[in-house]
Amino acid sequence: MREKLILIGNGMAGMRTLEELLKLDSDMYDITVFGTEPYPNYNRILLSPVLAGEKTIDDIILNSREWYAENNIELHTDSTVSEINRVKRTIKTDAGVEFNYDRLLVATGSSPFIIPVPGHDLDGVIGFRNIADVDAMIQSSKDYKKATVIGGGLLGLEAANGLMIQGMDVTVVHLLDSLMERQLDPPASDLLKTSLMEKGLNFLMEAQTAEIIGDQRVEKVKFSDGSELDTDLVVMAVGIRPNIELAEKAGLYCERGLLVSDTMQTFDPRIYAVGECVQHRGNTYGLVAPLFEQAKVCANHLATLGYGRYEGSVTATKLKVTGIDLFSAGNFNGDEDTEEIIFQDPKAGVYKRLVLRDNKLEGAVLYGDTIDGAWFFQLMREGTDISDIRRQLLFGQAHLGNSGHGGESTAASMSDDAQVCDCNGITKGEIVAAITSKGLFTLDDVKAHTKAAASCGSCAGLVEQLLESTLGGDYTTPENKPVCKCTDFTHDQVRAVIRNQKLTSIRALFDYMEWRNPDGCHICRPALNYYLISSWPEEAVDDPQSRFINERAHGNIQKDGTFSVIPRIWGGKTTPDELRVIADAAEKFDAGEVHITGGQRINLLGIKKEALPEMWDFLSERGLVSGHAYGKALRTVKTCVGSAWCRFGTQDSTQMGIDLEKLSWGSWMPHKFKMAVSGCPRNCAEATIKDFGVVAIESGWELHVGGNGGVKVRATDMLCRVRTAEEVEEYVAAFIQLYREEAHYLERTAPWVERVGLGYVKERILEDEAGRKALQKRFLISQSIFQNDPWKARAKGESAHEFMPLKIIGA
Amino acid sequence: MSDIAENVAWIEVGKIDDIPQLGSRVVKRAEGDIAVFRNSENEIFALLNRCPHRGGPLSEGIVYGKTVTCPMHNWCLGLRNGEAIAPDEGCAPTYPIKIEGEKVFLSLQQSNECDGWTD
Ligand code: SRM
Ligand SMILES: Cc1cc2nc3c(=O)[nH]c(=O)nc-3n(C[C@H](O)[C@H](O)[C@H](O)COP(=O)(O)OP(=O)(O)OC[C@H]3O[C@@H](n4cnc5c(N)ncnc54)[C@H](O)[C@@H]3O)c2cc1C
Ligand code: SF4
Ligand code: FES
Repeated sequence: MREKLILIGNGMAGMRTLEELLKLDSDMYDITVFGTEPYPNYNRILLSPVLAGEKTIDDIILNSREWYAENNIELHTDSTVSEINRVKRTIKTDAGVEFNYDRLLVATGSSPFIIPVPGHDLDGVIGFRNIADVDAMIQSSKDYKKATVIGGGLLGLEAANGLMIQGMDVTVVHLLDSLMERQLDPPASDLLKTSLMEKGLNFLMEAQTAEIIGDQRVEKVKFSDGSELDTDLVVMAVGIRPNIELAEKAGLYCERGLLVSDTMQTFDPRIYAVGECVQHRGNTYGLVAPLFEQAKVCANHLATLGYGRYEGSVTATKLKVTGIDLFSAGNFNGDEDTEEIIFQDPKAGVYKRLVLRDNKLEGAVLYGDTIDGAWFFQLMREGTDISDIRRQLLFGQAHLGNSGHGGESTAASMSDDAQVCDCNGITKGEIVAAITSKGLFTLDDVKAHTKAAASCGSCAGLVEQLLESTLGGDYTTPENKPVCKCTDFTHDQVRAVIRNQKLTSIRALFDYMEWRNPDGCHICRPALNYYLISSWPEEAVDDPQSRFINERAHGNIQKDGTFSVIPRIWGGKTTPDELRVIADAAEKFDAGEVHITGGQRINLLGIKKEALPEMWDFLSERGLVSGHAYGKALRTVKTCVGSAWCRFGTQDSTQMGIDLEKLSWGSWMPHKFKMAVSGCPRNCAEATIKDFGVVAIESGWELHVGGNGGVKVRATDMLCRVRTAEEVEEYVAAFIQLYREEAHYLERTAPWVERVGLGYVKERILEDEAGRKALQKRFLISQSIFQNDPWKARAKGESAHEFMPLKIIGA
Repeated sequence: MSDIAENVAWIEVGKIDDIPQLGSRVVKRAEGDIAVFRNSENEIFALLNRCPHRGGPLSEGIVYGKTVTCPMHNWCLGLRNGEAIAPDEGCAPTYPIKIEGEKVFLSLQQSNECDGWTD
């Protein structure tokens, strides 16, 4: 018999929990849902655009009745639960029907707070919470003229804007002297008020409502100073109250909200709670992003996986009033220990204020230009050290160095048929349609459903902006992403466990960390294999089945299933003999094309898989080894001719390149790793867009790190200058090892350096001499194991089955 | 697999251990290669070695559970029925497999209704 799960509250948090649960385990429970409202689950956030006439009710339904049926969920709409009996484990509805449960999920949301002044119960006095409220407002706008909104916060302003668009004459009454004081500082608040007045709203500030006057229906609002305002409708938007009466009556411990632990359980372990009705570590939340995080954790525990923890959230706000751009997050007021960066251009209607503490972003208020809101929010949540980008910070991501962020500010203004994802050919229109029609909330959702940003990822920023502009404040970037859907653990957590528990195989890791899928998936397995062999080079056993085909077959698979062969050409320097061998191999093994690569070597394309071992044998007999052009590994070390020939050369850059390649070839990395050595600052080898770049100078060598020439160009940061070749090798080895030990799988050095900060890299490599030498030593230990030619090994018969068909039929 | 008529022609293609766990080997034939997969529970599956997306060689993909991920653009296909896993849509032809002791037999009579990838 399956256990019975009952959800009370058919709203955003409760239903999101069920969706997450179904994803984890779709037939664990018999599920029944009760909701007071007569509708299936809808996107409450979008009530504002519905009121403003930009969307219809149909547009905002998240789960249709068919969806409930398809997922075997029994839905009772128009049905309020009035009693929970924890001893009998039953609930009772207002119609008097009883149902029993094994587990109960309470997600009753909250209700608008109605100020209990005389007259608050007259007709025409409402809150702004559900479809019925929106219907009432739209109806009033048809029958009446004047509206008053009490409360100048987010919700009040969205209501006022909507009513104004519906044709009413609207006055916003606010108790304090500045609007949205919980999200904005006074300068931003003033700008907001000015633009809303220009749009046609009236404001009555510092006014305290004393009484609502009318016969049947409201006619006037009276204030504590005795003044009065004629009105036909009063919308109270002064705050919300968690709906906890039901839980309190059932004897569950409540304060402001229903108390839950980090596992989203109430004091009765059979009863879970999520959403606006709960109080967690002293906080209640009124935005969906944190509620969705709660939902995820709760689902995880309902599925008895039992390891997610909810630890609270940082929230960000945007106002959904078309034409007004406003963003606010974190602690934007600051205190005596914080610093501020402010940009003000009142005429242009732009104001930005960033609050910093110990070189980390702690809060942000943006008005008029919110393009970088998502980015600032990410910096805040990830606690990124911003000392290196401080001077450009306020101007946004687009102004960071040479990074190719082109297009990021254009998301909103792009036309619907403009292509956003160049890899998969997905347009803005398709993405927006998927977000709205399929109810997507995260970048990962969009990737899965549209494939946008699922390939090279360079359009992820743009997709995030589309999410933001389509969903409003409902959008967040997850702080520390889990490795994949098989686990809730992050890359760093997995690594720490591998190290601390000395795990040396993928199976052991799956068991220890309770992986959700017994074999993992194509995302986690390659990452885990790398973490294991890089953490325990001497003990862990490499698992070929957990490597992508290119690394398993030691060649690049091409679109027609053939492979490419790129032998190593040390430091880009070759000889007629070497070239002759390559030419012979090309003819003998029928290379479809010979291509000089962008990395100073030669690519033989179109080789059949079966022919690879024999071809490698041919090459290896003649002294050529694998160039690892297929691997997350050391690729090329590009050089120029340097002092050996060039009239400007200051050092022998070619020899340095060869030495560095001999030092580091064969090492597996989180991502590919490229180096270059230039003989003088003219930098013909383009060392300043490599993962590690070396530029010769009169007095020695200049070392550069974190460059990238691919999808997103980034020039290197200068690490230091050294005098001798030995020092260059020591620093290269230490940097590579630090990257190998700490970067996430598939994170190149450029994003890694940006994430941890150049300051950190300098601390580990420059300031800590003993640490640097220890890193170098660990690198050399790893190299003593991995620096061997995989081609030669396979030519001698290793993994022979990989290259041979199982059987040939009709041969 | 058991409901396949007895009169189908079974071809012996090799032993279970010839195929790596969580891996695949190819049976070559003129009408298109067939990828034979083995999962961690030693179940064997056979699919046409052409991804419904753009014809990628499924035999080169990463295998987990009863799923293979195509090496070309990461479509995930069910090994049992050849169906692409949502949100992707499409399917690859599947073929019956019979195991006797260590021996693996394959039939060339397609076992699902699927047109597979067409260029
Ligand atoms: C062969 C080569 C093109 C050529 O004919 O010149 C090449 C070919 C591929 N590159 Fe590249 N890249 C080649 C030099 C480069 C360079 C130039 C360089 O190394 O100086 C770059 C920019 C420099 C950089 O990496 O910073 C480059 C940036 C990329 C990127 C973007 C990486 C990034 O971090 O932004 C990718 C995509 C990826 O890795 O995910 C990529 C991916 C690829 C793949 C592996 C795509 C794929 O998955 O099939 C191509 C494999 C083709 C094949 O089968 O051989 N290739 N690729 C070059 C091999 C160089 C070599 O001798 O090893
Ligand atoms: C107009 C508006 C605009 C908003 N804009 C944003 C925004 O831009 N960004 C953002 O992040 N958030 C926004 N929010 C807030 C967001 O909608 C809420 O945080 C979210 O809906 C809360 O989810 P919940 O499941 O806790 O509650 P709800 O979604 O309110 O769901 C609770 C449900 O439980 C039902 N219920 C209550 N008691 C019972 C009972 N005893 N029996 C049966 N059913 C019961 C209620 O009728 C309700 O349907 C907005 C809210 C409103 C009203
Ligand atoms: S740029 Fe690189 S990845 Fe793109 S087609 Fe050329 S070789 Fe392939
Ligand atoms: S060919 Fe298989 S995913 Fe594209």
